[in-house]
Amino acid sequence: MRREGSAFQGLGVVMLKELSDNLTSGRMVVMEWLVVLIAICVVYTGIQQIRELSAEDPFLLLRLFTRSAEGVPNLVYVLSYFVPLVSIGLGFDLVNSERNQRTLSRILAQPIYRDALLFGKFLAGLVTLSVMLLALWLMVIGLGILLLGIPPGAEEVARAVVMLGVTIVYAGVWLAVALLFSIVFRSAATAALVALGLWLFLTFLWPMLAPYLAIPFISDSISSSSDLLSQLGILQAFSRVSPGALYAEIVGVLLDPAVRSTQQPLLASLGLALVQPGSIPGAPLPLMQSLLIVWPQTVSMIAGVIVLFVIGYVVFQRQEVRA
Amino acid sequence: MSEDAVIEAKGLTKIYGKAVAVDHISFSVGRGEIFGLLGPNGAGKTTTILMMLGLTDISSGEVSVLGFDPAREPLSVKRRVGYLPDTVGFYDALTVADNLRYTARLIGFRHAEREKRIADALRRVELLEFADKRVATFSRGMRQRLGLAEILMKGAQIAILDEPTSGLDPHATAELLGIIRGFKAEGVSVLLSSHLLERVQSVCDRVALFSNGKIALMGTVPELGRQILGGGYVLDIEAEGAGLAERLALIPGVTGVEKTGIGKLRLQAERDVRPEAAAEVVAMQGRLKFLGLQEPSLDAIYTRYFESKPDEAIEEGARHAA
Repeated sequence: MRREGSAFQGLGVVMLKELSDNLTSGRMVVMEWLVVLIAICVVYTGIQQIRELSAEDPFLLLRLFTRSAEGVPNLVYVLSYFVPLVSIGLGFDLVNSERNQRTLSRILAQPIYRDALLFGKFLAGLVTLSVMLLALWLMVIGLGILLLGIPPGAEEVARAVVMLGVTIVYAGVWLAVALLFSIVFRSAATAALVALGLWLFLTFLWPMLAPYLAIPFISDSISSSSDLLSQLGILQAFSRVSPGALYAEIVGVLLDPAVRSTQQPLLASLGLALVQPGSIPGAPLPLMQSLLIVWPQTVSMIAGVIVLFVIGYVVFQRQEVRA
Repeated sequence: MSEDAVIEAKGLTKIYGKAVAVDHISFSVGRGEIFGLLGPNGAGKTTTILMMLGLTDISSGEVSVLGFDPAREPLSVKRRVGYLPDTVGFYDALTVADNLRYTARLIGFRHAEREKRIADALRRVELLEFADKRVATFSRGMRQRLGLAEILMKGAQIAILDEPTSGLDPHATAELLGIIRGFKAEGVSVLLSSHLLERVQSVCDRVALFSNGKIALMGTVPELGRQILGGGYVLDIEAEGAGLAERLALIPGVTGVEKTGIGKLRLQAERDVRPEAAAEVVAMQGRLKFLGLQEPSLDAIYTRYFESKPDEAIEEGARHAA
């Protein structure tokens, strides 16, 4: 049995309406100010650090994203917290507010499918987040160029652009989480709390739990370096349940061309260095090679967005319209 | 029922888990007719409406709205049918006109047509002066009227109104019923649900009384009255003249005459004897001040029906509880 017409009829209308709601809401004003403040703080403290580096560093601009001063977090670190919170802030009441305002049945009585409503809301949220992140990204790069006085190279800009794209996907994951909870929970406050609870759990508790959960899968004896690497791999596999860990892995590789493996930071923390046969330690990788290293993580994040959205979609389709 | 029917339901059924919300109901609504779905809360009225709009799945049976099947062609149905939900909501942050503009865009009206339709609709429900005000300040009655404006703007052929008058003061109710009569005058069919029997009695051409997911009674109010209240017509007469009661009692078909006050009589009759009664009074040189046929009240019909069939109601209740 086929439904008549397109599932996307009215999608553009819903999206534009949601977008204008997002952009004119009070939340957006708060977020805009946050973006400006973050950009200024991060660049200002970053510059202090970078001045101490040699001006011959070919990736000076990228250091702006990753260097941190004493006690002041770097941009990537700030983003890994800021992005989930903003996404949840935008998404926690997308569907349940329609129920609570009692507009849902009236809107669904117009000639559109539920698909258009859900897709439109998700896309509008994603566009809003993209606009915000793009603004932040442009401010950081612009201020960086102004204050450093050195124009960035093509490779640097390309890496920064890919990083922006990955950040938007990361935002998509949390937006999909928030959307799912806004469908499942009738009360917006409950949805917000549960989404924040999940975020807290995955960000703070999961990194502590993951090593213990990995213990049964790790053998006691480490006889060779490949043993060590495979066991690190198991540890990582557990930590990757948290989208934040995936994001950190991807961005760590993308923004530092010298990083050859996502395990490098872990090894470094053990006081070990990764030496691959035939490679010069510390030499920069081309962008494509860096991308290849983090391709699985990137695909996992995109898949995460899709899976979360589909779960929300199925739940929404099966829900009764009446309050 | 006829080729003129805009809504035809046959054996429409909705089952939630084990509970039967709507149990094999059949009815039809004609073009330009005001049809009332009446009954207590939870009797299955809203579920029936949602099934007609394709907003909830039909468990079994079928319904055709303007010749379309809501389950397979929901867009065609929703393009032609206006729906005012129970306690309708609007986006509080948007103005009245913007709320309607959003709906108009979803329907697909182009800009010029959109603005004209919105202005016309708001004028009809007397909300034009509030077009640029936010909906947040609106009273319930104004929201209901705005909901009707949306249906007018849509140019719907059928208006489905769920509990349009509940929670409104008498003045707002009267206004709303006036607008609903306006729909009928334009040939728009109206299907309205309500648990307030006496309020909607005055506007409905035909009614279906719901009970536990079934249609217990269906027809025009006078028909139901005769059927359930034991037949017979009741005439109230106010007239002056000597020996009037005795003379009126002689009219064929009159079964009883009762004095209800000074110069006031109540006639029980087997048929409509208004012409004869009037002629009698005039023939006796009496002064006829009032002559009216008592409309049976839906409340009375409803109460009487369930008094006479308590077994059925109990059995129904037991089956739902199971």
